[in-house]
Amino acid sequence: MSATELLKTPLYALHLELGAKMVAFAGYEMPVNYPGGIIAEHKQCRDSAALFDVSHMGQLRLVGADAAAALESLVPVDVVDLPVGKQRYGFFTNSSGGILDDLMITRRHTPQGSDLFVIVNAACKDADIKHLVTHIGHRCNVQPLPDRALLALQGPKAATALSRLNPAVAKLTFMTGASFDIDGVSCFVTRSGYTGEDGFEISVPASDAEELARSLLALPEVKPAGLGARDTLRLEAGLCLYGHDINETTTPVEAALTWAIQKVRRAGGARAGGYPGAGVIDGQLATGAVNKRVGLVGLERMPVREGAKIVDAHGRGLGHVTSGTLAPTVNQPIAMAYLAANHALPSHEVYAEVRGKRVPMRVSAMPFAPHRYFRG
Amino acid sequence: MTTMYTPDHEWINIEDHEAATVGITLHAQDALGDVVFVDLPEVGRSFKKGEVAGVVESVKAAADIYMPVTGEIVEVNEALRADPSLANSDPLGNGWFFKVHVTDMAEFDQLMDGPAYDVLVKNS
Repeated sequence: MSATELLKTPLYALHLELGAKMVAFAGYEMPVNYPGGIIAEHKQCRDSAALFDVSHMGQLRLVGADAAAALESLVPVDVVDLPVGKQRYGFFTNSSGGILDDLMITRRHTPQGSDLFVIVNAACKDADIKHLVTHIGHRCNVQPLPDRALLALQGPKAATALSRLNPAVAKLTFMTGASFDIDGVSCFVTRSGYTGEDGFEISVPASDAEELARSLLALPEVKPAGLGARDTLRLEAGLCLYGHDINETTTPVEAALTWAIQKVRRAGGARAGGYPGAGVIDGQLATGAVNKRVGLVGLERMPVREGAKIVDAHGRGLGHVTSGTLAPTVNQPIAMAYLAANHALPSHEVYAEVRGKRVPMRVSAMPFAPHRYFRG
Repeated sequence: MTTMYTPDHEWINIEDHEAATVGITLHAQDALGDVVFVDLPEVGRSFKKGEVAGVVESVKAAADIYMPVTGEIVEVNEALRADPSLANSDPLGNGWFFKVHVTDMAEFDQLMDGPAYDVLVKNS
């Protein structure tokens, strides 16, 4: 894709003004980092608050009395019982039980009752909207929201910072959301994110996004951060990146995401199955999967990256790395990998093959850096 | 000129041809971002011009370090191994990678001088 074909978010001019290094990502020209660099931005988020432009992500709403039940026909998640104001993580599955995309679902209060506000990955959004319209478009109204930007304010001081613009946001707890007037603009705010820290995601009209971003950046706790830091932060938090750690060939069981499949949707539950690949996923829930996503910590300094082969002490292949870096906060190499289930045990020692060398790594519980969500 | 440059954004200073110093350029460290790891060659090992002699890794990516000229590694920068961020903070000085005993001076003369390298960076 040439540079002229790349899309721009409403904050594009602001990114350039702030000196960002721009890269192509999911069809958008996005900031990978600002002049301070990825490590400084990562630490800013862990120590204070960082502002990310995630306007490339897909925002949409599902409207209609049957919307929740309809969405349940595409995801193995309890949407019907999701209370107004609550947010839940989920994924679209295919008939093999593989993951087509992962998403965040919030049931919002509306004058008519409620709607479902959904956020999906940038690279998948066109396919997701087509998938929704094709399969449930006759049961509810699928409304893409291309005129909205999305800002993520993340870090232990995010709540202090955002409260300066509207103290009411402090009442939100992790995985809840509501509408707030922020700096004179009506926004939909959830207390969630992709860094492992407390923080907010703010859906704002595109035309007001730059002004809001400037107001947030003017707060003493806040500095901008790019996609580079977003990636190292989410990896330390043990959160999957779609297209890397999960994809259409990995099931939620293999991906160790079974916590996101509520009992009511599992075999024997009141609304069991009824989504693509339910038979495969229920089967794996009962008997386990052959491979499993695990965390790995390097016992040497050498970073181990996506694609590295994992072998045992005899050089036999056990799996491969799907994400990896030298983690700024934990200050050692960390990675996610799919391993044969009998090797996917805590403290099990394996080797990553990097440039012909075998680098020792240890299977580790995730997150690598503790989550610090605000649960009230 | 005692310092020359390669199209791979490395510099080599040949003040002492028995121990010519090799590092990455300001442009290279800027493109890489925060350097977190370097894989340096073994002292005593010989490489031909263009062979991969080491690796420099930033948070985001790994990049090969190519031999700018044929020769034998006579010293590596242990300070850089201990603190890879020297490649960002002082790439032309304390952030050097290794020293090489140059055997074919003609190869050195084929590299870019400072002004030629500046043109390459400007057009990249």
